[in-house]
Amino acid sequence: MPIQSMNGMLRVLLLIAAFSLGVWGHASGVIDEFLFYLPDVQFLAVEHLWLTAISGALAIIVAIPLGIVLSRPSMARWAESAMQVLNIGTTIPTLAVLALSMSLLGIGIVPAVFGLFVATLLPITRNTYTGLKGVSPALKEAAAGIGMSPAQRLMRVELPNALYVIFAGIRTALAINIGTVPLAFLIGAGGLGELIFTGIDLYDPVMMLAGAIPTAILAILVDALIALIAFVIVPRGVNPARKARA
Amino acid sequence: MIRLENLTKVFDTPKGAVVAADHINMEVPSGEICILLGPSGCGKTTTLKMINRIIRPTSGKVFIDNQDTTSLDTQTLRRNIGYVIQQIGLFPNMTIEENITIVPRLLGWNAKKYKERARELMHMIALEPDAFLKRYPSELSGGQQQRIGVARALAADPPVMLMDEPFGAIDPINRAVIQDEFIKMQKELKKTIMFVSHDIDEAIKMGDRIAIFRDGHLVQYATPDELLAAPQDNFVESFLGEDRALKRLNLIKVQDVINSEVETVTQQDSMETALSRIDRSGYQHAIIMVNEQRQPTGIIPRSVAQVSKGRCHDHAQQVPAIVNINDDLRKAVSLMLANDITWLPCVDDNNQLCGHITQRAMTHHLGARFRAQSGNTAPTAPLTEE
Repeated sequence: MPIQSMNGMLRVLLLIAAFSLGVWGHASGVIDEFLFYLPDVQFLAVEHLWLTAISGALAIIVAIPLGIVLSRPSMARWAESAMQVLNIGTTIPTLAVLALSMSLLGIGIVPAVFGLFVATLLPITRNTYTGLKGVSPALKEAAAGIGMSPAQRLMRVELPNALYVIFAGIRTALAINIGTVPLAFLIGAGGLGELIFTGIDLYDPVMMLAGAIPTAILAILVDALIALIAFVIVPRGVNPARKARA
Repeated sequence: MIRLENLTKVFDTPKGAVVAADHINMEVPSGEICILLGPSGCGKTTTLKMINRIIRPTSGKVFIDNQDTTSLDTQTLRRNIGYVIQQIGLFPNMTIEENITIVPRLLGWNAKKYKERARELMHMIALEPDAFLKRYPSELSGGQQQRIGVARALAADPPVMLMDEPFGAIDPINRAVIQDEFIKMQKELKKTIMFVSHDIDEAIKMGDRIAIFRDGHLVQYATPDELLAAPQDNFVESFLGEDRALKRLNLIKVQDVINSEVETVTQQDSMETALSRIDRSGYQHAIIMVNEQRQPTGIIPRSVAQVSKGRCHDHAQQVPAIVNINDDLRKAVSLMLANDITWLPCVDDNNQLCGHITQRAMTHHLGARFRAQSGNTAPTAPLTEE
């Protein structure tokens, strides 16, 4: 009971806080200022999402097959070194990746997409690789012993059992991706970074927040969307989110 | 039928070549269970896995129903061999139905046929189809999972099955139940089965033949009874255990040892008749009393017959224990020990008296086999009384 009443108290407090925030926002005119940026936010959010969608889709298309290839027994000799190279790739800050990509590809959307692609690639590859490597040897032996071809083993046994881990990789990668897109503004690709960085430059906190808050919301929404897709696609028997009947 | 010809596997390890299986030659006749038995690292699992090429043989050949399997491609070969492993290996992403029907689906059966087959298999392994087919492996107990594992291997009705310690990970009580179910199933299905085990009791219980392995060699290949009666060398003998004669009790049925000439009295007979029949037949302890259907209803002890008069019905004592002719000697011995007696009346399935079994007859039966074996090497006179 005490815990429940604590929850109740917290809820009431949160409501009061939200209400006071509203009152303050209205009184000080922040909300009106915010609404002033609404058309900009709409336009830039779409641009933002496009950058994420293109670079994310490219990364998924490349990373999953790459992870699969690296996890094959015949690749065992090179797989670990390849993963190390990719690991080093992630330690380079994304801003530096964008800068490098700009010096190679110039200014605009193409270098931005390329930079984002590189930043997103690794988590997906790594999770695909670890997920497939983590499938129990007994399952692989059973699948082989039953007479499945290597391709059937991959499609029917290994991938479905690694899918949850692979999706976790995609979630992490896209969260990073959305958070990195504002930096792409610096090399001329647009997106909500336009409001954030201009807001910083003009010392206009409301403008900055008009870029920052939608970015955060987009990140949460995309994460939820991927979680939903994973919930539907990952088979029930191997999906921790869909609890098995006892 | 499975025939292995000079099957050999050499593993290249950093410490040099290791011969895991050295020129294994053996044949399992159709419809029999052959148990590969031995300590770990003896090559039994390697031998088994070379049959379906989970491990590629270094040299030698595998014949299934007189066909050289070297000419078959790996997938075809494996789809025609049922495979059960200790870790069960059910696919957690698939429902029970999908797991069971995986081989039929790989073979391209139509949906109606394989769904029907799934229900049939569930009945065979005594699990309710409607309750289980749509569930996932993680929702089942270990014993249920291994039953599904066996059903999956049987799905496409392969003539040959390979089982790698299939019941090793199941608790002893469930294991005994599953073993019994499996033996019952095998009586109808008559598959040719190779079965790896490290448990001598399981081997004696399940095996029509037992192959004992040591250090990559096949040491002895014989029926359980031959093996227990005449182990080839000290290794086999020690592996079988010091109580190997007792283990043979499992293999011999009461009807093999029964003495069907048994004197009885009826309920109407007088005690004098009883005593005279006891003396005439030379019974030491008692005579059995039967009813009109020849079912044992009591015993008249000699000591009582000597001092009492009247009809048997009034003096009869309860039969201490009865054994069925289809029971094994282990049960008979157990009943004797539990009741402190040296003989037992034996009945058939209708509870009719068929004869009796004595301790002497049992020791004689078991000993005859040992004497015959040792007689070949040392022609010393067996130690018999009488």
